[in-house]
Amino acid sequence: MSKYTVIGLHVERAGPLALLQDAGRFGVRRLGVTQGGPADLHGWAWANRLVDNAWGTPALEITFGGLKLVAERDLTIAVAGGDLSATLEGRPLPLWQPVSLREGQALAFAAPRNGLRAYLAVAGGFQAEPVLGSVSCVVREGLGGFDGRGGKLADGDRLAVTADAGRRVQEKGLPAAECPDYASPATLALLPGAQVADFTGDSLFAAFNRPWRVDDRADRMGVRLTGPKLACRIGSLISEGIGLGAVQVPPDGQPIALLNDRQTIGGYPRLGALTPLSASRLAQCLPGQEVRLAATTLERALSGQRRFRDAVAG
Amino acid sequence: MSRAMNRKEGLPRIESAGLDGWMVRLFERIDEENLAWLGALARRCEVEFGAMLVDLVPSYTTLLVVFDPLRLSPASARQRLAALLVDLEPETAATGGEVRELPTWYDPSVGPDLERVARHAGMSVEAVIDCHAGREYHVFALGFAPGFAFMGLLDERLEVPRLDTPRQKVPVNSVAIAGRQTAAYPAVSPGGWNLLGRTAARLFDRDREGFSLLKVGGRVRFVPVDRATFERQGGDATPVECHK
Repeated sequence: MSKYTVIGLHVERAGPLALLQDAGRFGVRRLGVTQGGPADLHGWAWANRLVDNAWGTPALEITFGGLKLVAERDLTIAVAGGDLSATLEGRPLPLWQPVSLREGQALAFAAPRNGLRAYLAVAGGFQAEPVLGSVSCVVREGLGGFDGRGGKLADGDRLAVTADAGRRVQEKGLPAAECPDYASPATLALLPGAQVADFTGDSLFAAFNRPWRVDDRADRMGVRLTGPKLACRIGSLISEGIGLGAVQVPPDGQPIALLNDRQTIGGYPRLGALTPLSASRLAQCLPGQEVRLAATTLERALSGQRRFRDAVAG
Repeated sequence: MSRAMNRKEGLPRIESAGLDGWMVRLFERIDEENLAWLGALARRCEVEFGAMLVDLVPSYTTLLVVFDPLRLSPASARQRLAALLVDLEPETAATGGEVRELPTWYDPSVGPDLERVARHAGMSVEAVIDCHAGREYHVFALGFAPGFAFMGLLDERLEVPRLDTPRQKVPVNSVAIAGRQTAAYPAVSPGGWNLLGRTAARLFDRDREGFSLLKVGGRVRFVPVDRATFERQGGDATPVECHK
């Protein structure tokens, strides 16, 4: 941790789930350690970019809302991703742009208005000691976060930032037309996987032509989708590695899209894998929201990913 | 010399695993001999991909290779993998590493399923312990939780299904069996495996080089110890029923 670390924010009310996330924990998946990292990489990356932070800088992932923070010094911040009715001193906080927070001012997140997860970045980044190479907080594994033990934010926590967290930034913010509307119907791009041909024809037709409903059994491990029952000729596989966005189909025929905190190996047949941007998009869907799956190609997925990374790199 | 991969079944195969990964399928069936091949491929990937490699996830029959698609296109990653497979040779026993010994106290207080497993196998509890501790196991995969190693193969006589209702809380370091596999729990977690005892080994340690005591491809032996030795080695003898 940098010796220029200072306390930047006081957690007056932690809310249900606020987690510190850098880009994720890599190189240790063979030990059974999950990837972690922001469920919506897109929103997280923009929050950082808007305060001139480098890729991978730790930011807060706030799910549902309910979090209230008070600035202990002047800070430059940006909130991107979901609109959780955030306010600064009671007034609506502008999203997707840098904002100056004065010492003593309160920043509060209420409830989801558009999307599910908001990302709060502070200039210079939040500071915490990496565990297994990352500060990403995975509660289930007890790794990362401000305490290093996988703890989500708790009432009374004091969050460390760098001494220059109040620095001015040049960013103007994202034009409104480019800010995602998470309430709009989502089409999730899926790269078909090796077992796709083991699903029955009817099931494949249904998978890509019928709407799917985001179930309330959804968390950072995975999001269950409900809809027509999909039938696969193979019930289970010998367990093997599973990538981000993999869409597995257990015997009940209802797919589960696996996100950042998924288990590292698993044995259900898979339709394929969502692109990273589609996994991000799904992570912003509220239970009950409708999504569709659309097959895509590696070429299209790669060019989409390049556009996104070029845009946030500025 | 290990058996060669069965190239007639269309193996090895490189399968789509998303934008940033390829699944290399080397085998169709679980076999201890798979591990030397998977280990050899993993090492080749580390050399070939270098800093463009993000993660490797070896498991029973496959190796998931995760790379950075912005630095190495999926198409070139696939080509490189195909080239690595052409003359792949299994690692020799010398590179397989030492046998890890897990000192284990087998007792109904920390292994509440011992007696049921014995009944199921038609053996005495002592014979179950001898049988479980009597062979060397191979680590097929790590998963479920950090440092949780799926090991096998268990003697057929000890093959019992998982519990119908998993325990809410399996104490840390519990030694367990299910099907033809055995494992030790690196952390408290829910679990449906049959508990035989508890090890004093520290299975996962964030402050230790390499973090996990057990690695895929490694070999493991459970060594029965008495309660006094177990406690002297730092084992926690609190009975399972007190871990609620």
